[in-house]
Amino acid sequence: MATDTTLGTPATAIPVAGEHLTSDDRVALLRYMLLMRGIEERAMSLYKQGRVPGSFYDGFGQEAVSTGAAFAMGPADRLCVLHRDLAAHLVRGVEPARILGQYMGRAGGVTGGREGNVHFGDPRLGCVGMVSMLPDMMVVATGMAMAFRLRGEARCALTWVGDGATSRGDFHEAMNWAAVQRLPVIFVLENNQYAYSTPLDLQFAVDPVERARGYGFPGERVDGNDVEAMFEATRRARERALAGGPTLIEAVTMRMHGHAAHDDMRYVPHELIEKWRERDPIDRQEKRVRALGVDVDALRARVSAEIEQAAKSALAMDMPDPADASRGVFCEGEPEPLGDGHAPWSGFQEARDA
Amino acid sequence: MPEMTYLQAISDGLREEMRADERVFVMGEDVGAFGGAFKVTDGFFEEFGGDRVMDTPLAESAIVGTAVGAAVVGMRPVCEMQFSDFISCGFDQLVNVAGKMHYRQGLAVPITVRLPTGGGFSGGPFHSQNPEAWFMHAPGIKVLAPATAEDAKGLLISAIRDPNPVCFCEHKHLYRRIKGEVPEGAYETPMRARVARGGADLVVIAYGAMVWTALEATEDLDGASIEVLDLRSLVPLDADAILDSVARCSKVVIVDEANATCAAGAQVAALIAQRGFEHLDGPVVRVATPDVPIPFSPPLERAVLPQVDDIKEACRELLAY
Repeated sequence: MATDTTLGTPATAIPVAGEHLTSDDRVALLRYMLLMRGIEERAMSLYKQGRVPGSFYDGFGQEAVSTGAAFAMGPADRLCVLHRDLAAHLVRGVEPARILGQYMGRAGGVTGGREGNVHFGDPRLGCVGMVSMLPDMMVVATGMAMAFRLRGEARCALTWVGDGATSRGDFHEAMNWAAVQRLPVIFVLENNQYAYSTPLDLQFAVDPVERARGYGFPGERVDGNDVEAMFEATRRARERALAGGPTLIEAVTMRMHGHAAHDDMRYVPHELIEKWRERDPIDRQEKRVRALGVDVDALRARVSAEIEQAAKSALAMDMPDPADASRGVFCEGEPEPLGDGHAPWSGFQEARDA
Repeated sequence: MPEMTYLQAISDGLREEMRADERVFVMGEDVGAFGGAFKVTDGFFEEFGGDRVMDTPLAESAIVGTAVGAAVVGMRPVCEMQFSDFISCGFDQLVNVAGKMHYRQGLAVPITVRLPTGGGFSGGPFHSQNPEAWFMHAPGIKVLAPATAEDAKGLLISAIRDPNPVCFCEHKHLYRRIKGEVPEGAYETPMRARVARGGADLVVIAYGAMVWTALEATEDLDGASIEVLDLRSLVPLDADAILDSVARCSKVVIVDEANATCAAGAQVAALIAQRGFEHLDGPVVRVATPDVPIPFSPPLERAVLPQVDDIKEACRELLAY
């Protein structure tokens, strides 16, 4: 059956939050998306000033995917984060200054200049940085979940994956392995319509969400520009994971910028961009939050101030010491375990209080 | 001390670590109830159960990649490639994900990848390769290649306890051919070279199965005093031991069973050229498999893999230099 994966929910539809999100949660979701967009816009201006080496990749228009999914994850869950999912790091607790320092290759950045752009994860917050070979982290997340199952722990692993990466063997190996061993892992397929310049119809003949059933577990298509829908789908997938089994969530969204800063994406029809602009995930969540009586302008001002302060701190960070360039290839001594991440959803707060 | 085959010694080391450390588990194709293609894990399923002796789907990339995932959340996986040749399918996860992880983000990846390597028994092009140099070239991966039963056990235990990705090259042609006394209990063999036989006129540097070929070739070579240095570890490479042998013997033959170009022996030759030049009384000589796939038929395979006579000839020529 052919499916149209380009249609999101019309911008005018504002579904009410499910029973699982408090008003504070709904505001927090908006705040993380605003932070992500603001940090990436600030980083782009730093890139244009020549302060970000290499290239720059962002997730403009896709903020709901990482925000909603990461918000559903518990402190002891583990995440492998992709390059258009900056909000996942923010939800887990990475400070914006360390992210901007990361982009600029500073010593105070998350990887101390070892890695560029969004190739990072703060191990102290339970995140593992991606590699450029996609979707390698699907297999790694599957392995994390395998360890949780072996030890009988009620935790799960989550990773994001792009539409292009569904064509590689590791996609198949991870899906099959997770199904065979009934592992607590969540794959969030971030379908943003293009893999660099390659559109979906040159990537696959069957929508990947339908493949999940072929492997033997549920696949669910979600409006990836609706942060509350993303949260709810991930929350349910997490329940399923803890009961023993994977889920593939296809988050339908749109990459509103080029693959990277150098890419003018002339290969994308203008009308498509305009259509998706009407479904901007931040605009949609802002309407909901305004309806709650929240002063969104004040929230925006606070977020902007936080980003400016972070940029100041990041610009004051030292560059890394060239003498360190050859150090740390091997671990010497005892490995540092991954730490737990922040889990700001009220559901986890209630569990902690109880 | 009990006498064991090289293969029994590997099993013994693995069993010791699994008994002592519940984080250690084995995963691979047919390693469970079947006991592995070469029977390294024979009896493990009965002792440790299917979770810790895990039969996996036929998916080498996922075997390595899921091991990485399990390792970063606190496990100590030991992956078996059924044949080392198949690691080409897991190359990306090993080289890009595991090998670079600690440098990039300070996260240790304590995995051991067991690689049954080498030829000599008509395995053909896809069951005979020696892939160690692929991983020597990739930062962040240790590479071990034991020659004796005692070292096979001790180096495997060192690999499992190491906090880094380790390729453990166990030579298939040694599995049942080589026996030796093996200490009981757990012990770690250092990742350093070993003088297999002392000598003064020439040193043959080798690792894995070629240590035995070198020992046989030089046991009685026209009365010359020939040292055999067993590298045991290729990453880290024991530069001090290599240069020490070169300083004492002044003539060097380096033997690889791997294809010659950019092989481990090429790295050893470069090291000697850079840092041992003053001690040399002749050219550094290499004996290795030419750059061809390993052929199936016995006369063809013998023609490409270094034989006892090839090493004898190389040594004689160099001694006469």
